[in-house]
Amino acid sequence: MAKHKTPMLDQLESGPWPSFVSDLKELAEHRAKTASKIEYQTPVDVVDDILGLLELTYKHGRTHWKHGGIVGVFGYGGGVIGRYCDMPDEFPGVAHFHTMRVSQPGGKFYTSKYLRDLCDLWDLRGSGVTNMHGSTGDIVFLGTTTPQLEEIFFELTHKLNQDLGGSGSNLRTPSDCIGEARCEYSCYDTQALCFTLTNDYQDELHRPAFPYKFKFKFDGCPNCCVASIARSDMAFIGTWRDDIRIDQEAVQGYVGGELPANGGAFKGRDWGKFDIKKEVIELCPTGCMWMEGKKLKIDSKECNRCMHCINVMPRALRIGEDRGLSILVGAKAPILDGAQMGSLLVPFIKVEEPYDEIKEVIEKVWDWWMEEGKNRERLGELIKRQGFQKILEVTGITPDPRHVKEPRANPYIFWKEEEVEGGWTRDVNEFRKYHRR
Amino acid sequence: MAFISSGYDPKEPMKNRITDIGPRKYDEFYPPVIAKNKGKWLYHEILKPGVLVHVAESGDKVFTVRCGGARLMSTLLIREIAEIADKYCSGYVRWTTRNNIEFMLDDEKKLEPLIKDLKSRKFKGGSFKFPVGGTGAGITNIVHTQGWVHCHTPATDASGPVKATMDVLFEDFQKMRLPAQLRVSLACCLNMCGAVHCSDIAILGYHRKPPMLDHEYLDKMCEIPLAIAACPTAAIKPAKIEIGGQKVNSVAVNNDRCMFCGNCYTMCPAMPLADKQGDGIVIMAGGKVSNRISPPKFSKVVVAFIENEPPRWTKTTQVIKKMVDVYAQDARKYERLGDWAERIGWERFFEKCEIPFTHHLIDDFRDPAYYTWRQTTQFKF
Repeated sequence: MAKHKTPMLDQLESGPWPSFVSDLKELAEHRAKTASKIEYQTPVDVVDDILGLLELTYKHGRTHWKHGGIVGVFGYGGGVIGRYCDMPDEFPGVAHFHTMRVSQPGGKFYTSKYLRDLCDLWDLRGSGVTNMHGSTGDIVFLGTTTPQLEEIFFELTHKLNQDLGGSGSNLRTPSDCIGEARCEYSCYDTQALCFTLTNDYQDELHRPAFPYKFKFKFDGCPNCCVASIARSDMAFIGTWRDDIRIDQEAVQGYVGGELPANGGAFKGRDWGKFDIKKEVIELCPTGCMWMEGKKLKIDSKECNRCMHCINVMPRALRIGEDRGLSILVGAKAPILDGAQMGSLLVPFIKVEEPYDEIKEVIEKVWDWWMEEGKNRERLGELIKRQGFQKILEVTGITPDPRHVKEPRANPYIFWKEEEVEGGWTRDVNEFRKYHRR
Repeated sequence: MAFISSGYDPKEPMKNRITDIGPRKYDEFYPPVIAKNKGKWLYHEILKPGVLVHVAESGDKVFTVRCGGARLMSTLLIREIAEIADKYCSGYVRWTTRNNIEFMLDDEKKLEPLIKDLKSRKFKGGSFKFPVGGTGAGITNIVHTQGWVHCHTPATDASGPVKATMDVLFEDFQKMRLPAQLRVSLACCLNMCGAVHCSDIAILGYHRKPPMLDHEYLDKMCEIPLAIAACPTAAIKPAKIEIGGQKVNSVAVNNDRCMFCGNCYTMCPAMPLADKQGDGIVIMAGGKVSNRISPPKFSKVVVAFIENEPPRWTKTTQVIKKMVDVYAQDARKYERLGDWAERIGWERFFEKCEIPFTHHLIDDFRDPAYYTWRQTTQFKF
């Protein structure tokens, strides 16, 4: 028998899509049933109270979680988000309901053993409710009490060889796409770079020293499956600078209809016979492709690597072999001054261990942002405030037409004195000899 | 309940303390076929909705079955996933960036039994635990934020509207009939932890009432200068308020300048905004993150406000369903929703999707607004 009546939530049990309400109800029931066997370290009825509180929230149309609450584990300034219910007397099970962010493995691969270890820990010491995964990529443990925080951290680090993720004005837990692990488009090993930088910058991740949050995301190609270009202060997007590799026989396979377009992505509808001219050549944004008889030709120098042709004909076209990545900076969601997309800072950089060249760019950008950034100013906002020229200057990167979509349409250039011959100090009396008042 | 110690000693927090070890290394968790063929994949094919095969240079194949799931997930369900992984996949499993679960097989023979098993698993309440789909030119799982389940600033719930929307769009999760992939995202306030600003369709929680001022407590709960500095439109100023004959330090808000971002509330809990009538949903459309054909683009506001309607958010899901159906019918192959809207013109988009255009949809926020007005005689009647 459920602790709280939840008539509105119950309506979310129907329909085909997996119901979080059903899932939570089953967990609540399970905790009640096993309470005599397991020494739950947080209230047994915590899940009942989440459901009860959410039902009340549906009625009130306003959240019932209090603002903030400074809790954490000793020595870290991130990884734990304090959360308290604003009706603790009615819902004591969720009076404390802190989140812990657990740094996820690259590519979000798991073994069943490791998942069970996480579950054992979280069932005992938390609510048993998780997010797989949070928006930034972490495994999220949702709901525990203050006394359990250190205990969970101790078990994570001692038994699971596992650390917490980032929160607050820290480097947030970096995340990557599946990359070379299972994708033929990946231009570098996203997981290796993500893992190395995550470990090299543990201090930045755990101890707030930045003006605001900072996100790294690693996409293996311009398809941007982890949305790095929109969601990270620094996006690492795989690319190449030589020729797309062409298998002419496979091209004919597509033309003849033996191979399905776009890896079979359009199988749910009859789009008619595949038309390479209409579907590939004419959709190429640079117009750098054409057919010569039965041969597909690509003028690689004019290709901007949008991935369309490769996506349509993955068996015929492959990414080039001179691979690296582009770095784009300053993406963020709208708060405060409007959303920003990442802007291209480094057109091409090789991805070679130990990644010193990449780290040099990162650290120069951080030095500038930590020096000049205002409280709660994202990197993108600082770039807007001080200008894109400034970030080129502090990183020592040579300006290049690739940095802009188009050159400026106004001539209001802030010339520097050293750029103008003779400088700015002049003798007005000398001037007046020839130009009377 | 007896307290069980992990070994941590609160009197000596530094004793045996382990810190800064980072995440587990990715390759500990690779299935053997992934470990062997990493970086040597040749091509992939979607065999049918939710089922992929990747073929390596070695000739090895890995078959993947993709399932949707609520990202809000119990340990019970995770244990069930582990059990399925043991039964079919030698104990390996992964999640995608959009909260889908992927079971990988190196043996094609196990494919149909796995799919059959996944389809048979349902919650007691009746919904699928592991619906197979989310591939190709269709709709995959919605990425979203915490909402009313766990957040202090939301203007709507997340898990509820997501469940309601995916129920309505379910057919397109399991079909690949759309002109291109279509990504739906939800953020429960404009902090956008879910960064929905570049999605084909975005569901965004939004407040519409300026903060209430808890004068009696404001100076005790907040740093007043931080609250003032937090306002992007400079609508907050310091004020002395008289309460019960006592003058207290507080703030005043110029309500006409408030854009309801809630940044003040983030800095000062004595300025709550949440309100049943004020809060609701903004629908945005036409964004994308991929560089394919056209550059990435932001989503645009197409419906300024829909009230919260728990538990099913019917008006919200109806608008979304209509947009998806019109797009499905009208767009060209490979055309993302935003590319389609730009080709036919936004005037035509509103007409076809039967969405009323109101003054709220014309940008008036700072410089970028100007660049969104029509500066040409080219338009359609």
